[in-house]
Amino acid sequence: MEGNFNEKDDMKIDVHSPGNQQPKKVSHEFSFDYLKVYYGKLFPYSDIFRWMSYGNDGKHPACDESYFSRREFSFTLENDVYLRFQSFKSATDLENSIKEKCPSKIDIGPVYSVDPSKRHAYVQAGNNVFTPVERELVFDIDITEYDDIRYCCSGSDICLNCWPLMAIAIKVIDTALRDDFGFNHILWVYSGRRGVHCWVCDGRARRLSNEARSSITDYFHVYKGSENGLKKASLTGLALHPFLARAYTDVLLDYFERTLIHNQKLFSVEDRYEKILDIIPDKSVASEIHEKWQGNKRSSTSEEGRWDQLKSMLQSGKHKGLRRSVEEIVFSYTFPRIDMEVSKHMNHLLKAPFCVHPKTGRVCVPIDPKHCDDFDPTSIPTLSLLLEELNAGGVQMDVENDWERTSLDQSIRFFRSSFLQPLMKSCKEEMESSYSARVQQSNKTSLGW
Amino acid sequence: MEILRSKKKPTAEAASNLSLYRCAPSLEVRLDDFELYAIDRLRVLKGISNGLSRGKTPDEMKTLVNELWRTNMRHPDVTQIINKDLISHFVLRLVYCRTDELRKWFLSMETTLFRYRFRLESLESQRMLMAEFQLPYKALNYVEYERVKDKLTQVSRSIGQSSNVDTIFFKVPFEEVPELVANRRVFLLKGNAYVAMNQVKWTSTIREQEKDRLTPIVEALGSSYLGPDYSQPMEFTDISLKDIDQLANTSFPLCMRHLFNRLREDHHLKHGGRMQLGLFLKGVGLNLENALAFWRAEFSQKVGSERFDKEYAYTVRHNYGKEGKRTDYTPYSCQKIISVTPSVGDHHGCPYRHFSEENLRAALSKMGVGGRAMDDVMDKVRNRHYQLACTMTFETIHAASCDSGINHPNQYFIQSRKLLEPKGQSLS
Ligand code: SF4
Ligand SMILES: [Zn+2]
Repeated sequence: MEGNFNEKDDMKIDVHSPGNQQPKKVSHEFSFDYLKVYYGKLFPYSDIFRWMSYGNDGKHPACDESYFSRREFSFTLENDVYLRFQSFKSATDLENSIKEKCPSKIDIGPVYSVDPSKRHAYVQAGNNVFTPVERELVFDIDITEYDDIRYCCSGSDICLNCWPLMAIAIKVIDTALRDDFGFNHILWVYSGRRGVHCWVCDGRARRLSNEARSSITDYFHVYKGSENGLKKASLTGLALHPFLARAYTDVLLDYFERTLIHNQKLFSVEDRYEKILDIIPDKSVASEIHEKWQGNKRSSTSEEGRWDQLKSMLQSGKHKGLRRSVEEIVFSYTFPRIDMEVSKHMNHLLKAPFCVHPKTGRVCVPIDPKHCDDFDPTSIPTLSLLLEELNAGGVQMDVENDWERTSLDQSIRFFRSSFLQPLMKSCKEEMESSYSARVQQSNKTSLGW
Repeated sequence: MEILRSKKKPTAEAASNLSLYRCAPSLEVRLDDFELYAIDRLRVLKGISNGLSRGKTPDEMKTLVNELWRTNMRHPDVTQIINKDLISHFVLRLVYCRTDELRKWFLSMETTLFRYRFRLESLESQRMLMAEFQLPYKALNYVEYERVKDKLTQVSRSIGQSSNVDTIFFKVPFEEVPELVANRRVFLLKGNAYVAMNQVKWTSTIREQEKDRLTPIVEALGSSYLGPDYSQPMEFTDISLKDIDQLANTSFPLCMRHLFNRLREDHHLKHGGRMQLGLFLKGVGLNLENALAFWRAEFSQKVGSERFDKEYAYTVRHNYGKEGKRTDYTPYSCQKIISVTPSVGDHHGCPYRHFSEENLRAALSKMGVGGRAMDDVMDKVRNRHYQLACTMTFETIHAASCDSGINHPNQYFIQSRKLLEPKGQSLS
């Protein structure tokens, strides 16, 4: 298949120019033939391998040679067959298997105590040694979770009007992971269709117990049940916890006021603002405002104007205990909604970066959290675009990798420079220091008799 | 269960004797020692409690704690000092975990003790302490504390706890305290959780078989050394109904005097008030028969004696252990009375804490407190030293000093009687 796709003349017809991409034309964006080419020429095997080795692929005496081969990969094949507990000895091993099986989805699981493909042998031996020992701390945030507060699309669709919700989640969680939990090696990835994934890769994060993972997940959770079809954030106490306070002042309020009110028309459509007013515990205040707005259909009060009105009423202090309502409204409409179950357990699988989503044909590219506002999920390179770019490049021999001739170039460069390189550096340092500590220790014991 | 000390002997003089009591010790201890150690520690804690209720300054407290520790926690065998510390701590912890109130008292005294002992340590030995005990907990130094103190206050406010400048905070890897992280009860910075002393987990780590061995001792300790709980009437037993108004006027603390007056005026008290006054009177020496007569006389004027017998007599008998679970209920301590939150129409609680300044002044002047003394009392109230304010009131109207401070309304009563009613003479 490789190499001969140029000769297929229907190829050129199928491939769209980037200008008229429509998310609906799924069948044109993805096919297993395209995917074969993608795995053949573009998928960054060596980067994935280096990442998943965490420095154990080098010559250092402290390297754990079995490390990579104890990692679980899972493949979803064309016929929906699901292969779990795949493991690989080397980058080439991984590459060959992917090329051969052409999985529509590659999932990454934990590093186990023993090679997961040989787990049966260990189970039969009767000792329960097959257990996860390391796993990145991962988060999965799905736009469908926000369906009660977005009106631009629903279900798996995502557009520029609701993307800000994802940008908020990235900013709030990324900052907390760095400043509160002290993590440094964090990778954000577009899931290819309806959300984002986050991989926290510091050694400390990979070794967290399930209990610690749960505690972090709960730390990020403010939603308590739902009321009238709205997931409601419940905030108690005289002050907000510093994490919530920072999220509120640095991110949430700003997005709510400057972007979402307008994007989602939160205050100009009656059933939308009714839902907001429902959050206010004092029903008389809510209905007072409701009347005001309803009687005023033609009035020129802008959406922002209505929000200001509501805010000043709640904050006036005339009505006891309503100040918190302002924050509860903003939190309910902006605060990240992570899929708790994904993060809580070490052995949850998560789709690998640089996979291609079979429904949209879009590549799961990394997202720069610093510029997540500018990220446009509707113009992410699709399989067909990439192949067209490959075609257009013709026989350019002056590049080392084929992806350098495509839009994937940026993404891979970003992956390397902002994630992989700093990670490799700190893995090396960690290895050095644990090694020298061990050497010292053994010197001590041998002298200490 | 292992002792938090490495097997080797404490290294040199610099080694600290301060323990963090994370695990119960696995030491062989003779039963007698066991009990003696606990009593000695209790002396220290009671001493601290007295010092605090006398409103001693931090510097005075430092000296006091040092003194108390040195006199009570000595041991002829120097190597045994640490063991004595650990054992006594864990024995008392068992004794004091029985009720919320006891637990609170114990925890706050132990915290104070620890705080001052920690301050007495040199920096070097603080460091060694951490190394020796291999604790992930690190106490914050001043500079660090200053840097994060606003955040720490914010966290306390967010979980509805008053933040105290004196609280010691520990810095620990967040993985150590998952529950506190999950509930956002700690401040997190760069992977460390800032845990307040009172958040350090108190696990009961005594193994089952040890429990059997300990239980009788613990129970004995509980009844004999917790100090009087005033559940049984004291020496001045059996006060009679005709004396009660005079006694209220001269020897009741303000909280009880207020309830008593309201009852006489309104012929009624709500539940909280009935409990607080009823149990106090029991402790003072009003027997069940007199108590029933007393309450009936008042309540029947308002609700009729039939309704009293039907609805209220039960509570009175209940207080005397004659109904329900048949436990003898204990009169409330100051700490308990001060910590309640009376609502509208309630008259129980501690006037020093719950009255408006105006009402308190009026009530005090009726008791005969005025001039400088009034200012002093109000000053203590403003600084939230309610028991101290009460002690000063006592001293003013009795023209005598009260060295132990007021900890219990019944103690107030007894000390008052001792002063007003020289030995042998009775009222009647
Ligand atoms: S300090 Fe104690 S005795 Fe004094 S009034 Fe308050 S509760 Fe009563
Ligand atoms: Zn949308």
